[in-house]
Amino acid sequence: MIEVDSRGRRCPLPIIDLARKMPSVEVGEVVRVLADDPAAANDIPAWCRMKGQEYLGSPAPDTYDVRRLR
Amino acid sequence: MEYRAVHAGAPAYLDAASATPLHPVARQALLAALEDGWADPDRLYSAGRRAQQLREAAQATVAELLGVRPDELSFVSSGTAAVHAAVLGGLAGRVRVGRTLVHSAIEHSAVLHAAAQGEAVPVGVDLLGRLDLDAWNTAVAAPGVALASLISASHEVGTVQPVAAAAEACAEAGVPLYVDAAQSVGRSPVPPGWSLLTASAHKWGGPPGVGVLVVRKGVRWLSPYPGDDRHRPRPTGALDLPAVVSAAASLRAVLGEAQTEAVRLSALVEKIRATVAATVPDVEVVGDPVERLPHLVTFSCLYVDGEALLHALDRHGFAVSSGSSCTASTLQPSHVLEAMGVLSHGNVRVSLHRGTTEADVDRFLAVLPGLVADIRKEAGM
Repeated sequence: MIEVDSRGRRCPLPIIDLARKMPSVEVGEVVRVLADDPAAANDIPAWCRMKGQEYLGSPAPDTYDVRRLR
Repeated sequence: MEYRAVHAGAPAYLDAASATPLHPVARQALLAALEDGWADPDRLYSAGRRAQQLREAAQATVAELLGVRPDELSFVSSGTAAVHAAVLGGLAGRVRVGRTLVHSAIEHSAVLHAAAQGEAVPVGVDLLGRLDLDAWNTAVAAPGVALASLISASHEVGTVQPVAAAAEACAEAGVPLYVDAAQSVGRSPVPPGWSLLTASAHKWGGPPGVGVLVVRKGVRWLSPYPGDDRHRPRPTGALDLPAVVSAAASLRAVLGEAQTEAVRLSALVEKIRATVAATVPDVEVVGDPVERLPHLVTFSCLYVDGEALLHALDRHGFAVSSGSSCTASTLQPSHVLEAMGVLSHGNVRVSLHRGTTEADVDRFLAVLPGLVADIRKEAGM
């Protein structure tokens, strides 16, 4: 799984890290974001909704999975 | 500096939802009352009686404007003090029924802080920031509910709440409803059916330091503060009587022009909503586009640091506020944006007032896209 490590980075940097990673993610593939900023839990799902990607949930603390749909 | 031509202009204050500039009538009344209303209104000499007359006149005026009885209304030292008195006194009055406060997830933080003293049950909102009425109806009907709290319209995103329907559910359950009407009073009517209501003068163009608390007849309210009168809200400490007089005079003036202003400001908000969505890429304009306050609009820009955007706008003469976590001391994003599930970073709240002109709005709209683009470029987006 592709991983983006944004731990220690403040909002909106984890979302920027995720967006910059997307071009290297295949459609259908899952990218895992590690982020400990409190805003990430809200903003990663919101980003997925705005960008038409699939938010798969948070399988562990500070961990968020996103599937590229397009 | 490509925007030199457009940002030349007087600074524009666009944060009326935090504090609205003093209405000219409020200023006049304040100056007059400073001469006349300085004495302790509870004293029996003539200066005290004069102060008492002023207080009673102010009370009668605001009560009439809000459609309540004068003895149902109290002035306290701030909007926050009014909120705390409503929540804590409302809960204390019904302690025999239970300790639970049902509240929307988008209440003002003053409500949430007071709620933390009891058992609080939050009720969610949808993506537009509107209360989930089904969940509300279930929550207020549960055993042990002492009080329910619903903001009249969101102070962060402007969405007007279904107060009448929420009040019906409360009436059916026998639970008093408290409405925080700070953003509505002076701008748009609040539907009836509530038991307690609060407002804040500096949100309608009166001076700061005046809160209004209404407790309807027959509603059990018990003072959470030390003092002799346990059943009637009273200010803790001396009331700023000149400010109270000014608040009452300005509310009358503000309501006199409220309908015209609502139409004018609502059109400017519509312009902001449409233009921001069209000219700023990757932006989300949040809140209900129709069922909303006339003067307030919020949007979030992807990949933008909210604090950086606030500072950039300030340098160009625009005062706005933000619910982004980087602008909060706690690093927590706004609980309102979170409850809605909308983007919390790059957030800007613009709120207009009677001094806001279309030229101010046009200048803001001309400057904004460039500032957002610059911040994104710097972040490598």
